[in-house]
Amino acid sequence: MITQRFFAADRRIGVTIVALLAAAIVVPLLDLAVSPQSAFYIPPYIVALVGKYLCYALLALALDLVWGYCGILSLGHGAFFALGGYAMGMYLMRQIGSRGVYGNPILPDFMVFLNYKELPWFWYGFDHFWFAALMVLAVPGLLAFVFGWFAFRSRVTGVYLSIITQAMTYALLLAFFRNDMGFGGNNGLTDFKDILGFSVQADATRSALFAASAVTLALAVFVTAAIVRSKYGKLLMAVRDAESRTRFLGWRAENVKLFAFTVSAIMAGIAGALYVPQVGIINPGEFDPANSIEVVIWTAVGGRGTIVGPIIGALLVNAGKSWFTGVLPEFWLFALGGLFVAVTLLLPKGIVGMWDSWRGRAKALRAASLAAEAGNDPQAPEPKIVRSAARTPGAWSATGPEPQPAE
Amino acid sequence: MSKSNTILYLDGVSVSFDGFRAINNLSLVLDKGEMRAIIGPNGAGKTTMMDIVTGKTRPDEGEVFFDGQVDLTRHDEAEIAMMGIGRKFQKPTVFESHSVEDNLMLALKGPRSIFPALFHRRSAAEARRIDDILGITRLGDKRDELAANLSHGQKQWLEIGMLLAQDPKLLLVDEPVAGMTDAETEETARLLKDIARDHSVVVVEHDMHFVRELGVKVTCLHEGSVLSEGTLDFVSADERVVEVYLGR
Ligand SMILES: Nc1ncnc2c1ncn2[C@@H]1O[C@H](COP(=O)(O)OP(=O)(O)OP(=O)(O)O)[C@@H](O)[C@H]1O
Ligand SMILES: [Mg+2]
Repeated sequence: MITQRFFAADRRIGVTIVALLAAAIVVPLLDLAVSPQSAFYIPPYIVALVGKYLCYALLALALDLVWGYCGILSLGHGAFFALGGYAMGMYLMRQIGSRGVYGNPILPDFMVFLNYKELPWFWYGFDHFWFAALMVLAVPGLLAFVFGWFAFRSRVTGVYLSIITQAMTYALLLAFFRNDMGFGGNNGLTDFKDILGFSVQADATRSALFAASAVTLALAVFVTAAIVRSKYGKLLMAVRDAESRTRFLGWRAENVKLFAFTVSAIMAGIAGALYVPQVGIINPGEFDPANSIEVVIWTAVGGRGTIVGPIIGALLVNAGKSWFTGVLPEFWLFALGGLFVAVTLLLPKGIVGMWDSWRGRAKALRAASLAAEAGNDPQAPEPKIVRSAARTPGAWSATGPEPQPAE
Repeated sequence: MSKSNTILYLDGVSVSFDGFRAINNLSLVLDKGEMRAIIGPNGAGKTTMMDIVTGKTRPDEGEVFFDGQVDLTRHDEAEIAMMGIGRKFQKPTVFESHSVEDNLMLALKGPRSIFPALFHRRSAAEARRIDDILGITRLGDKRDELAANLSHGQKQWLEIGMLLAQDPKLLLVDEPVAGMTDAETEETARLLKDIARDHSVVVVEHDMHFVRELGVKVTCLHEGSVLSEGTLDFVSADERVVEVYLGR
C-alpha cells in the first residue's frame, strides 16, 4: 500500500518535470514562431506573466522543503528571494554601462544622482555574469546558514522561529530602503537594458527567460524529490515529527534543519534572480513581510509536504490574483485572507493532499466492492493489542491509567 | 566508591524544577553488564533520572559518569547517544509518518552526519540487520506499515527494536510493557533478558509480575532518592516500600 502510494507520487513528479520541460520548449515556440493571428499564438505578456508565476512556484517549493518536510514555518523566505533578485539586479545595472541617463560608464544612475564618487566595494565583480550568478547562490545561502546556525543551535522552534524570520526580512526591508546602503534606496534597481548581451525587452529574451524558469523549476522538483526520498529526507521528516527522538538516536537535529534551511534559501535566491529580469525591477518592497506570508498561503493552498502542491498553489493563487486585481483590485487582500482561512479549516492538507485522500478512499471503496463480489471480506479486522486493564488487580495499582508523556 | 568497572555511576545528584526537588541526592551504581529494575510510585523521579543520564536535563549538583570515566553532565543528547546510551521513552515515541522499516533504518548504528545520509544506499549488512530486528520484535509482517498504524504495544516493540538497531552499551527502558497483554509482557521480559546478556540495562516498570520475571536486582525510588535496594523479595518486604508504593 505504501509502495503504491510511493509510485503514484513518483509518477506525479515525473509528469510535472516532463510538463515543465515541454512548456520550456512549446511556449517560446508558440510565442515566437506562430503568427499572431493563429489561435495557438501566445502573446509576450502572457509569457512574461507565466514566467513570473514559475519563479513564485520555485519560491513556494523552496518554502515547502523547510515548512512541509521539516516543520520550520519561515515567514521570511521573501528575503532570500529578494537577495537573489538584488544580486541579479546589480548585474543588470552594471550591464547598462554608459547608456544610463547620466552616461556614467561605471556608476549606475542612482549613484550619480546621490553623488557617489566611486563604486562601493560590494558592487565589484557584478559586471561579470558568473560572479553575479555565484552571489545569487552565496548571499541567500550564507545568510540562511548564519541565521540558522544561531537559531537552530539555541533550539528556537515553532512560533518564535517564525517571528524571528519575519523580523529578519523586516530588518532587511528597512535597511534596503536607505539610500546610503548603496542599493538604490526605495526605487531599487531598474531600467535594465540587457542580460548576457540580449535586450531584456526583446520577445526572444523573454521567451528564453521563461524557458530558463521552467527548466530551473523542473530541476528543483527533481532535486527536492531526491532530497526528500533520501535517508536524509526521512530524517528531515523525523525531526519534524519527533525532534527529541532523533537527538536520542544520536542525530544532530540542528544540523539536519540547517542543511534544509540553507538549500531552501538558495532555491529561493535562484527564484528571485530569474524573477528580476522578467519583471524589470527589484526594490525593497520585495522584502515586505506580507510577501513572505503570501508564499506561505500558496504553499498551504497547494498542499504542504507534497512536492507538486506548492507549485499548483503558487500558480493558482497568482492567476487568481491577476484576475482579481483586474476586476476588483481593492478586494484582493480580503479574498487572499479568506482563502487562507478556508484552506486551513476545510483543506488542511491543501489541494494535493485532499486529492490524495479522496483518491485513497475511492480506491479502498472500489477494492471493498470488488472483494464483496468475490465473496470475501478484505477489511478483516486487524488483531489489535488491547491494554489489559487491571491485569494485576489491587496490589500494584500504583500504575497510572495511561503512561504519561516523557516530555 | 570506585567508578571503575561501572557502566553508570550517579552520586549525590539533585535537580529541582521551580523549587520542587524531583531528584534529591540520588546515588545509583550499575556494574558493567548488569540489568537493574527500578520501581517507585508516580513522580518518584524515575523518568527524570533517565533525563539526566541522557543529557536532556542538567543536574543542579552531583556526579554522573558513564563507563567509569565519561562525565555525562558535559555532553548533550546526541553525543551521549553516540557514546552508546540508548533510551526508550515512557510514551512510545516512534516516527509515525515513516514505515516500521524506515524507523529502524534511522536508528541503525552508523555515521550521523548529513552528507552520508543524503547519499546513503542500504548495504546488504544493514538490510540483514533490519530483517533480524524485525524478526526479534515480531514486526516482520508490519515492515511496510506506517508506524502510526501500529497498536500501542507494537509501538513499544518498535521502539525497543530501534534501541537494538542503535546497538548501545547501556539501554534505559522506561515502562516497556505498558499497554501490553500478559503474553506480550512475558515476551518482552524474555527479549530484555536476552538483550541483557551482552548489554547493560536499566528498566523502569510498575508491573511487578514483569519485574519478577526479569529476576534482577531492584531499586525503589521515592521522592527523588533511593528508598530501598536489593532482590525483589527483599525490597517488597521493606516496610517503607510497602508504605509508599506497594501497600496502597
Ligand atoms: N521538566 C520538568 N519540569 C517540571 N517538573 C518536572 C519536569 N520533569 C519532571 N518533573 C516533575 O518531577 C517529578 C518526577 O517526575 P518523573 O517523571 O521523573 O516521575 P516518574 O517516577 O517517572 O513517575 P511515573 O511513574 O509517573 O512515570 C514529577 O513530580 C514531575 O511533575
Ligand atoms: Mg516516568
